[in-house]
Amino acid sequence: MKQPRLSLSLLMLTIAAAGFLFPACKPKNAGSAATGDATKAYVPPGKHDEFYNFVSGGFSGQMSVYGLPSGRLLRVIPVFSVDPEKGYGYSEETKPMLNTSHGFVPWDDLHHTEMSQTNGEIDGKWVFGNANNTPRLARIDLKTFRTAEIIELPNSGGNHSSPFGTENSEYIVAGTRFSVPPDDVNGDVPINTYKQNFKGHISFVSVNKETGAMDIAFQLKTPGVNFDLARAGKAKSHGWFFFSCYNTEQANTLLEVNASQKDKDFILAVNWKKAEEYLKAGKGKKVKVKYAHNKYDEATHTATSEIRTEVTVLDVAELKDICYFIPCPKSPHGCDVDPTGEYIVGSGKLAALIPVFSFDKIQQAIAAKSFDGEYEGIPVIKYESALHGEVQKPGLGPLHTEFDGRGNAYTSFFVSSEVVKWNIKDLKVVDRVPTYYSVGHLCIPGGNTRKPNAKYLIAYNKITKDRYLPTGPELAQSAQLYDISGEKMQMILDFPTIGEPHYAQAAPADIIKNNGQLKIYKIDENKHPYVAKGEGESKVVREGNKVHVYMTSIRSHFAPDNIEGIRLGDEVYFHVTNLEQDWDVPHGFAIKGASNAELLIMPGETSTLKWVPERVGIFPMYCTDFCSALHQEMQGYVRVSPAGSNVPLSFSVGTNQPKADAAAPAAGSEKK
Amino acid sequence: MKRAYLTSVFLAALALLAACGGGEQKPETDGGSAAEPAKSMVADASSYDPKRGEGKFNESNVTVGALDAAMAAKGEAISGTKCFSCHKTTDEKLVGPGWKGITQRKAPYWIMNFITNPDPMIDKDPEVQAQLELCLVRMPNQNLTDDDARQVLEFMRKNDGAK
Repeated sequence: MKQPRLSLSLLMLTIAAAGFLFPACKPKNAGSAATGDATKAYVPPGKHDEFYNFVSGGFSGQMSVYGLPSGRLLRVIPVFSVDPEKGYGYSEETKPMLNTSHGFVPWDDLHHTEMSQTNGEIDGKWVFGNANNTPRLARIDLKTFRTAEIIELPNSGGNHSSPFGTENSEYIVAGTRFSVPPDDVNGDVPINTYKQNFKGHISFVSVNKETGAMDIAFQLKTPGVNFDLARAGKAKSHGWFFFSCYNTEQANTLLEVNASQKDKDFILAVNWKKAEEYLKAGKGKKVKVKYAHNKYDEATHTATSEIRTEVTVLDVAELKDICYFIPCPKSPHGCDVDPTGEYIVGSGKLAALIPVFSFDKIQQAIAAKSFDGEYEGIPVIKYESALHGEVQKPGLGPLHTEFDGRGNAYTSFFVSSEVVKWNIKDLKVVDRVPTYYSVGHLCIPGGNTRKPNAKYLIAYNKITKDRYLPTGPELAQSAQLYDISGEKMQMILDFPTIGEPHYAQAAPADIIKNNGQLKIYKIDENKHPYVAKGEGESKVVREGNKVHVYMTSIRSHFAPDNIEGIRLGDEVYFHVTNLEQDWDVPHGFAIKGASNAELLIMPGETSTLKWVPERVGIFPMYCTDFCSALHQEMQGYVRVSPAGSNVPLSFSVGTNQPKADAAAPAAGSEKK
Repeated sequence: MKRAYLTSVFLAALALLAACGGGEQKPETDGGSAAEPAKSMVADASSYDPKRGEGKFNESNVTVGALDAAMAAKGEAISGTKCFSCHKTTDEKLVGPGWKGITQRKAPYWIMNFITNPDPMIDKDPEVQAQLELCLVRMPNQNLTDDDARQVLEFMRKNDGAK
């Protein structure tokens, strides 16, 4: 755990030990805090949860799926990091998913999730995730709960301001956290030339309504600042996007101090419909870049990676009326738009108030040119001209805001460890509850959409400390569930999470459950080039030093399960087809000494493990996923002979090879 | 966790409940998928017809006549993908029993019910349960369509010498 967290925990411990009740410094002691009715979070055995919760895995690089209100972990979807448990990034089929312009990248840091929308409501088709290190955007298909597509983002350094989307998922945006020299110029420049050489870029990634296929429609080239978070306008403000930015000081070192100099940074308001007009009018510049675009094909069960070399860039300093800056106090982090689309809530990390901007007033200010000069060619709207009002003394360190559709906003406060409920119109605080500890993001199902489903609120905390049984220096991360159906918020559950949870979204279970989810891959529709549709098609084929094993698995044997004639220097590809056609009957495949991982093969699927034996001998292989009473019998052997050996290539199942020593030529192949 | 295992645990739990008697059962609000099949199984246990099996097929909707060679050929292809990993066409047991003579021992509609709806029949059919004790592997549901099942039946008939 990082240094600042540790010192914060120490501070809290000290306060608790001293027995103070510091009014501004919640939490109180943890024991007295369970105000809610815990039975509200109880889901009996065999019963289903009401909501799916898609939670970012932070530095695990993955996305986890929880049921709510139980907090039960249902699945971890591998996205940006390899996952040996599922063979993701290890099987030949999935390796291309993690390809980038830097080559194969096995890890990333997934911060935010965004569910696809139709007419401003969650539609249950896809969920998107961002890679915060090597900038990428991923689309997960909710019919399979698998990563279907990953697109790399050029001209970017750390894709943090992402993957937020418009109300029909026309675009998912990707704003660079780090401004960097653009990819088509020489980047070998002194770091302290930030102001001359470093630029920001925001990618607008289009999403095909039917297939979900992503494409970088255009990029906006902006002044060099840090883009942090974003939200699309909705309803009346559909056509606009709002991005929080900090480091308008343009510091390149000790940002903790140097990017906290100005009293106000900005929210960047983007008229993306205007950008589309410029694009159509041919005002975009084609820029030479290099980025990977990776797609998983459902029919071949195989991913492909394509390196693309061009992107269209619109320069927002040259092309007027796309962008406007709105001053926002103290390094804004969250930038959230209410369900009506009228109010934009900025959350300054270091602020002691919350400014709420009005979309109508912003439009009037632009029309009346109520500007306070320009920042690098972009008009800065006067703070007061855009402001609906400020929530006074809400707490310390506001970060993120979600909405309940009943006129209330819920804002997380990192420094004072609490969630504060306030009324959007009159800006009065309605209720506050402590979190344990130092809350980051909040989630209300649909809380970013036009129609929130506001029964619960989940707080994803940054510090866990004493909430669970201790597990040494490294602790589980902590989330808390609140019932927000009444006037007062009630905490009803703590649940641990994987990685570090940042943003999360949730949707009613029925929307996902009834979206046509896949249960099996139909074996008749399997178009994998190395499929074996039935044991009769299983075989072993040598092509030079490459050996292709077309293998089948069914409860409870592999075919073939005896393979001889492999020689040192061979590359062996086990293409395993799971012949099962019933739900929930995966088979696994592992072989001794494999330097990658196992395969986990769903019914009807074909998956490939590459194995390069490094010594002579007999190598056992087996099924790793308990499949039947005779699972432990689901095993076989591969014989590896020295290079140049004359042991013939042979394979079988259920029949012993004719007795023969290595020197005697044996029958080529024998089947049962 | 596999569904079959879950189901049997649930069945056992239901049996226990029944043995205690008078156990108050709340009406189910959410159709948890584990609950549904178990309930119907218990309800039907006494009414199971070992001649017909359980499923959508019966005397009136399955008729067999002279062998349809084209249909049998399709059935053989389907069996190659979905069945022959475990069954031989002789009377020799592999993972499951050999197919030779099956169409003489079982009614056509029983066969089609069993290959399209194996799970409940494995739980209820006395002969299938006896087979399970020998084979120890539950026959998987291979998601055959009605047409697939009819074609596989035709191949079994051909295999048994139907003309």
